[in-house]
Amino acid sequence: MSSSVATASEPAPPLRITALVKRFGEVTAVDGISLDVRRGECLGLLGPNGAGKSTLIRSIVGRVIPDTGTISVFGAAADSTAARNGLGWVPQELALYPRLTCRENLEAFGRYHGLDGSSLGQAVQRCLEWATLTDRSGELVKNLSGGMKRRLNMAAGLIHQPRLMLMDEPTVGVDPQSRNHIFEMIEKLHAEGMSIIYTTHYMEEAERLCDRIAIVDHGKIIAQGRHAELVENAFGTRSQVLARFAGGDERIAAWVTARGGQMTDGLAIFSVDHPTEIAALLEGSAKAGLELIDVSLRRPNLESVFLHLTGRELRD
Amino acid sequence: MIPAIVRTAMVSLRRDRAALALSFILPVTFFTIFAVIFGGRRDTTPKITVIIVDEDHSDASQRLVQGLKQESSLVVKSRPEPVKGVEQPEYTAETAETAVKAGTAPVAVVIPRGFGQNPIAFGSPDADRPTIQLLEDSSDAVAPQMITGLLQKVVMTSMPDLMAEAGSKDFEEFAGGLTPEQRDRMNKGLRQLRERAQSGETNNTNQGLVALHAKVVVGENKNNPMVSFYAAAIGVMFLLFTASGAAGALLDEAESGTLDRVLSSHVTMTGLLLGKLIYNSLLAFAQLVLMFLWGWAVFRLDFWSHIPGFIVMGICTAVAVAAFGMLLASVCSTRAQLGAVSTLVILVMSAIGGSMFPRFLMPEAMQKAGLLTINAWAIDGFTKVFWRDEPLSHLWPQVLVLLAIAIVLFAIARRVARRWEFA
Repeated sequence: MSSSVATASEPAPPLRITALVKRFGEVTAVDGISLDVRRGECLGLLGPNGAGKSTLIRSIVGRVIPDTGTISVFGAAADSTAARNGLGWVPQELALYPRLTCRENLEAFGRYHGLDGSSLGQAVQRCLEWATLTDRSGELVKNLSGGMKRRLNMAAGLIHQPRLMLMDEPTVGVDPQSRNHIFEMIEKLHAEGMSIIYTTHYMEEAERLCDRIAIVDHGKIIAQGRHAELVENAFGTRSQVLARFAGGDERIAAWVTARGGQMTDGLAIFSVDHPTEIAALLEGSAKAGLELIDVSLRRPNLESVFLHLTGRELRD
Repeated sequence: MIPAIVRTAMVSLRRDRAALALSFILPVTFFTIFAVIFGGRRDTTPKITVIIVDEDHSDASQRLVQGLKQESSLVVKSRPEPVKGVEQPEYTAETAETAVKAGTAPVAVVIPRGFGQNPIAFGSPDADRPTIQLLEDSSDAVAPQMITGLLQKVVMTSMPDLMAEAGSKDFEEFAGGLTPEQRDRMNKGLRQLRERAQSGETNNTNQGLVALHAKVVVGENKNNPMVSFYAAAIGVMFLLFTASGAAGALLDEAESGTLDRVLSSHVTMTGLLLGKLIYNSLLAFAQLVLMFLWGWAVFRLDFWSHIPGFIVMGICTAVAVAAFGMLLASVCSTRAQLGAVSTLVILVMSAIGGSMFPRFLMPEAMQKAGLLTINAWAIDGFTKVFWRDEPLSHLWPQVLVLLAIAIVLFAIARRVARRWEFA
């Protein structure tokens, strides 16, 4: 976990979270998280549902008051006007007015952020173009497709030209084509130098979009770094052998565990230093009387890292 | 920020046809129904139907029947309606009783045989003398009482000669007789009375035992007195429904996440609630304007000469109902809950506050209980303006109470809305 202190000569980072704790009754949703987001960086918060990602995001936008810990946005307190000006938030829900058109929605949220006149008009036009909704600007939101609503939801978070965007699972419920469209929007934003926090429980999204990834589980960051770093820290140079056996009896699970592997959804996963170790595994399974159906070799991914660190799958 | 919130809400309403209809068409429809039933464009109160059975067929009984027929407030039936064009026989005591039981008329008057021999009964009742029978439907408390009173009046106005004759007989019996001169004058007077009675003249000239001159002091120049009452009464009830429905947008926004997004901008919870209060107040005021304009256009309500009073009462009422809606919405956690709670509370408030039934006709305790409602104060204020023509300065109790209600309800709503502010 890297946490640096800004000095007088060093500008404040877009986001600095220090020892943040938030409890809801008996449940600790955020459990002592410390985190920095660097300028122009896209940081992924990867974790399963209920890991505490959304609570962390809502704390940053001032909608949740933490029990302890501090949050500063470009050096300003999270609920200050300066922080609100600097932050753009794309909530997980479609937080739009269904009976307003795309343009009217953007105008409304622009006004709520203090924009008016020509600056509002320009901001609306810029957001419509970014979301490629210019030709649908007069369409009522309730009549838009799911993907278009998602894009408008993102555009509404960008209306006041923030410098740090918080995107809370912006692709929930979106078809693959629209998802790709959204990725392109985010990549464009990132290329323009925007600092971004992107929460997801899809490792493919984190791998594609994020410079750095923080894996969150049970309210804690259990690992963070670049994709390659996370994999290397967890597995070194080791690869994974995935094997599927006929039947589903406990004998298979016992044999896999005895050979240092893990069973997940009927799939046996082994870590190997060298691909030639597959032969030994095959021979061992044959001696144990197990009927092998399928076997493959792969480089570990974020899913593997999460499984390695928690013993659970990312989408549990 | 507040104008932006008002603007957003207005555009949303403009696009919601169902909400528009509920806000504007439904109240006007209900108002029209109530106005037609209770105050409409009719110039008279409903007439009472009475069945007359004349078993006597004497001069006195016929004069009594004729007198009743001339009463403008009665519809006198001596025989059932023709069936397929065939005239029906006159009512008898038995058929009249059956007709009252069947609800054809709330009351029947049976003039028995022998009535004409001694029609006037001064003093204590005589057991041997035939008496008029009244057959009543007990579900109508007013009609029998009215017929009883009218019978006494008609006897006095259509048979003054018989009354005087009976009076002179009693006088002779108790005072020891008249002198020949007095008797001559008495007979002359009786003759004149009889002639006037037979010509029908007395019905219009004799007003009864006590001379009366009725002067209308309230509503003398009103085209339609009950219309202004129902415009306010029905208006306030629907304003309350609309306000709670409109305030429910807050629940929708909380559920969709829009509220969170709005509150993460420069908009504060107080600003947001104030914006919604202003929007709801404007909506309520627009409803009142429509209601009273409709009253003016359709029911000849005197709207234009009461504009200042209407504006004062309209604004105070609109703000109070808007704050009421805000409170209900902030207390409830779902739309469904808001619907159930608001229906219950508003119907109770409207019932005891005079929106359904005028408060001045209620028992005293209910009238006092009504003062706990927005309806009562608003209706009282509008009544002062449109019915009693009171000056603006007389509206201060209603204005103060309604504004106080608005402030208190809004303050509570703001306090309760903290649950949305932060987690």
